[in-house]
Amino acid sequence: MSLHIKRGEVFALIGPNGAGKTTLFNNVTGLFQPTAGRVVFDGRDITGSKPHQVARLGIARTFQNIRLFDFMTCLDNVRVGRHVRMHATLWDSLFKLPRERREEEKTTEEAMDLLRFVGIAKHANQYARNLPYGQQRRLEIARALATDPKLLLLDEPAAGFTPQEKVELMQLVKKILTRGITVFLIEHDMKVVMGISERIVVLDHGEKIAEGSPDEVRKDSKVIEAYLGKSA
Amino acid sequence: MALGGMSLIDFLFYIICAAAVVLLAAQAVINPTAFVQITVFGLADGAMYALVALGYTMVYGIIELINFAHGDVFTMGGYISAAILGFFAINEQTFTAVNLVAILLVFPAVMLIMAAINVGIERIAYRPLRNAPRLAPLITAIGMSFVLEGVMFLWHGPASVHFPDILPHGPGFQTTIGGVFVTFKDGFVMVTAVFLVTLLAIFINRTKLGKAMRATAQDKDAAQLMGIDINRTIAATFFIGALLAGAGGMIWGLYFNNLFYNLGFRTGLVAFTSAVFGGIGNIPGAAIGGVLIGLIAAYSDSYIGSKWTEVVIFGILIGVLVFRPTGLLGMRVPEK
Repeated sequence: MSLHIKRGEVFALIGPNGAGKTTLFNNVTGLFQPTAGRVVFDGRDITGSKPHQVARLGIARTFQNIRLFDFMTCLDNVRVGRHVRMHATLWDSLFKLPRERREEEKTTEEAMDLLRFVGIAKHANQYARNLPYGQQRRLEIARALATDPKLLLLDEPAAGFTPQEKVELMQLVKKILTRGITVFLIEHDMKVVMGISERIVVLDHGEKIAEGSPDEVRKDSKVIEAYLGKSA
Repeated sequence: MALGGMSLIDFLFYIICAAAVVLLAAQAVINPTAFVQITVFGLADGAMYALVALGYTMVYGIIELINFAHGDVFTMGGYISAAILGFFAINEQTFTAVNLVAILLVFPAVMLIMAAINVGIERIAYRPLRNAPRLAPLITAIGMSFVLEGVMFLWHGPASVHFPDILPHGPGFQTTIGGVFVTFKDGFVMVTAVFLVTLLAIFINRTKLGKAMRATAQDKDAAQLMGIDINRTIAATFFIGALLAGAGGMIWGLYFNNLFYNLGFRTGLVAFTSAVFGGIGNIPGAAIGGVLIGLIAAYSDSYIGSKWTEVVIFGILIGVLVFRPTGLLGMRVPEK
């Protein structure tokens, strides 16, 4: 099983439950240490890197079951995302030197911009846990974008969305692409996957069973059997 | 069973609290001077408990470990500051410029030394157990506590150690306000503690590292993916906790002029009770819990008898765990 993602595309990984999609994300982001195989990013072998190192290199992700910092405001959630791009040292922080104050101000502005970008700026000062579900997903995307990723991993971003929210999500992903970010998503919703992906890989029991454009995958008999079921 | 929307346990809790408040109020009315005097003692003790309680609560908040060695880090702060003060030509009779310089230099020095020691403890004793069952680091913490007490025992033996009395004291630095005896030392302890706790609050709420600590406490995986090195963040938590404990040990020495090798055992348990009382993992809770426990201990010493004080304090610990496991202000980090 081997995947290759091109810069600037929307790449989707689909497959039945338990196929190993999230496991793949965990291996790429360093939450799991792969037992075999290699992860290469931007020409660098990052296999076995720690999650915070992976984040620094420019890979960000969201979680299938949203994992925000529930007891922080939306603004603070995004500000935490800026952590990796901030330079203040412990001493700057302890003594509140001007450099760190400027950086904090800049971070707050950047965080507000991102909240506006995903469309939840008016909730900036609410606790993350008090947001409605759909907006929590948007906040999680804003937080991931705050790390300035080159590659954004979205784990089932449309799960539990209404049809209207799904349309808005697709628009958001297109906006993210215009920032020069490559998007790699796992998604169950076929309309979303077919609507925004340029290439799709189908995974079943840890094996790649198909790869290609949405149209090619849709017509693949193995995919129809393994994933979409005989009725599709 | 419910009583007007309250469970029986809540009802009992309020009854006990109300009874305690009524009895105290009665004492305050019968002899207001004595009451205020006891309150002053209680606030000074409570300020020191708060400094130690903060270390317990911060470490618990971030890695859910009750760091039993923390009370001994506090005591060792007192031992080490006494040792460093020995290098200065301090004067215990009157307050000299040398005393002032010594205090100003030894405070930051002992805080940094204890912080370095605590980071070392975390590195060798707790970090290797990061993914072990929670009981393993807990028992290691108790072991670490014995190690520190053993070191202090070997250093100065079982007898109590004199801590130089170098704060301004004596007739010029004490006064009686309306029958209440107040010394410079009482004020010094409270002001220093408030200053340090305020710094901590600003730090936690306003800085990048403080944010990283809050994020790590709430979700370690998500924090890592934001580029936060959680090992460094946890080490920083131990560092800051020990800054406060080291300062606390020195303040204790300056106030009581007396230390002994296992002082941290009792003080640590009292501070831990304070942290639980305020809501373990909750930083303002630990500060408030420390002050309240200091006050309760002082009232108990005077109105019930000092031999009962430990019964009262640890009774509160049990009571809080039974009736209000989340403490007064609630746990900031909910159970996952």
